[in-house]
Amino acid sequence: MEFDGCITIALSKGRIFKDTLPLLSHAGIVPADDPETSRKLILETNHPHIKLVIIRATDVPTYVQYGAADLGVAGKDVLMEHGGGGLYEPLDLQIAKCRLMVAGVKDAQLSDSRLRIATKFINSTRRHFAAQGKQVEIIKLYGSMELAPLVGLSDLIVDVVDTGNTLKANGLVPLEHISDISSRLVINKAAWKIKHRGIKRLVDALKVAVDERSSEEKNHD
Amino acid sequence: MDNERWLLPEGVDEMLPPQAWNLENLRGNLLNLYRKWGYELVIPPFVEFLDSLLTGAGSDLDLKTFKLTDQITGRLMGVRADMTPQAARMDAHQLRRDVPTRLCYLGTVLHTRPDGFASSRNPLQIGAELFGHAGAESDVEVLCLMMETLKQTGINDLYLDLGHVGIYRGLARQAGLDRAAEQALFDALQRKAVPEIQALLAELAVQEPAAGMLASLAELNGDDAIERAKQRLAEANQEVQDALHYLEEVAKMIQQRLPNVPLHFDLGELRCYHYQTGVVFAAFVPGRGQEIARGGRYDAIGKMFGRSRPATGFSADLKTLLQIGKWQTPQPDGERIYAPWSDDAALLQTVEDLRTQGRCVICALPGQTGAAAEMGCNKILKKQDNSWIVSSI
Repeated sequence: MEFDGCITIALSKGRIFKDTLPLLSHAGIVPADDPETSRKLILETNHPHIKLVIIRATDVPTYVQYGAADLGVAGKDVLMEHGGGGLYEPLDLQIAKCRLMVAGVKDAQLSDSRLRIATKFINSTRRHFAAQGKQVEIIKLYGSMELAPLVGLSDLIVDVVDTGNTLKANGLVPLEHISDISSRLVINKAAWKIKHRGIKRLVDALKVAVDERSSEEKNHD
Repeated sequence: MDNERWLLPEGVDEMLPPQAWNLENLRGNLLNLYRKWGYELVIPPFVEFLDSLLTGAGSDLDLKTFKLTDQITGRLMGVRADMTPQAARMDAHQLRRDVPTRLCYLGTVLHTRPDGFASSRNPLQIGAELFGHAGAESDVEVLCLMMETLKQTGINDLYLDLGHVGIYRGLARQAGLDRAAEQALFDALQRKAVPEIQALLAELAVQEPAAGMLASLAELNGDDAIERAKQRLAEANQEVQDALHYLEEVAKMIQQRLPNVPLHFDLGELRCYHYQTGVVFAAFVPGRGQEIARGGRYDAIGKMFGRSRPATGFSADLKTLLQIGKWQTPQPDGERIYAPWSDDAALLQTVEDLRTQGRCVICALPGQTGAAAEMGCNKILKKQDNSWIVSSI
């Protein structure tokens, strides 16, 4: 596949990188290094014009919004926090799927007064409880949310849940479903307009890869 | 706290030498350009009553506007966050002309929050508006003036993005969407979030063909978007057909007048949707994630001021233009002449004469630190016989 103009793609290490690779290779893009073993933050690919930058998942929308990367892969959870301004998110890649949920200690008696919620998703949390007409106190944490209700820091938590094993291991149960999460392809607005042909071609190829994979999964079931 | 007194509020910036002179020079140059195109300068006030500032504008502008209470009337005043409604008020209420009116303006606006990355909360808005003509020709005129503005600033390699809000409006009407639904779909469409658009259309139970056509807006972009839209939106109502036709007409004229500028169409791009009523456009440069100038048609604002006037215009932040452009203030020789301190009448006369000739003379002060070179001077006044002569250091 031919791409005119340089294209920079922002990815985060771990699950998103692992799941995005097969989709990229479907579009004919193969990185020259593996970020898990390489310490490089900029990875070359088999296309001289296409580079991958490896950054933290929560930073992907920021890099793409300001044009430091032309496109990227970001979880819907991260996008909902970010607000999505200045970005296009035309394609659901159907990878890194999980759910954003409210969880708490099993059978705990919740007080009637203002609930304290520990989370790193403060905007999504506020919106979710406001939609139920509830005013809540939000405690911003950066990790190990499951600990907060156990040590009395909060009444409930809001976090992404994949298998639910971490919750279970800490005696927590999922209580309310906020939204389904999967990773989206995000694109910088100016890049979309200026490098339209190359980026459109890439998006189309990724879309084909996503569709093929989901039909394979269906046949499998 | 005490040692951070120098800190400016977040997103508030200032211009230091030599940038400030550069900016001033560019400002004069651009206003002169607008004068040559027949645009009259207006200087709207920095604050005015809020209801007038926010007329016809959406909640975006409301959130962006700083508010204060007028101690004389008790009414709310706003510090302008956008000068376009002010120009529209002047045209509709103060000038009240029947002929087409061309206005240009330049001034600081204030934003409650920055627009995005490194964007200023006190941009220097420069713009031009054309009132009193409803047609592609006036849109093309302001668009060409916008491109000329960027060209004069030394910004090349420009990309132009064109759209028309009437296409979305017409489809939303055809689908029978209420205000809230129209807004929700608008948000998703701004992000081209196809999965969300599909989900919303299903949730709102929008019928075909309107649903399919609304969803297609996220994909109707690129240089061939108009051609594809003609087929894809064939079943749309007259409002949509008219908008498409209008957009095509504008595009044809632009291609004729600016043959070297790459055109990109985006029928789902609805920036400033609330007060725009027709064609919308924006200019992009490579390496910058957001548009650097934008504009479009807004026929409804004048009506709120008591006189309906078709209107179209553009604006940009002059500080951004200076930053990315290659504008260089013409400096013939960069001459700075150092005059020693003396109350000799002959010296004072010489200094005055030089300044009358437009040359820059800096007078030393008794007991000051540093001499000619430290003061950035490249010439010096020396006494020879009984007269003062400019000589090199």
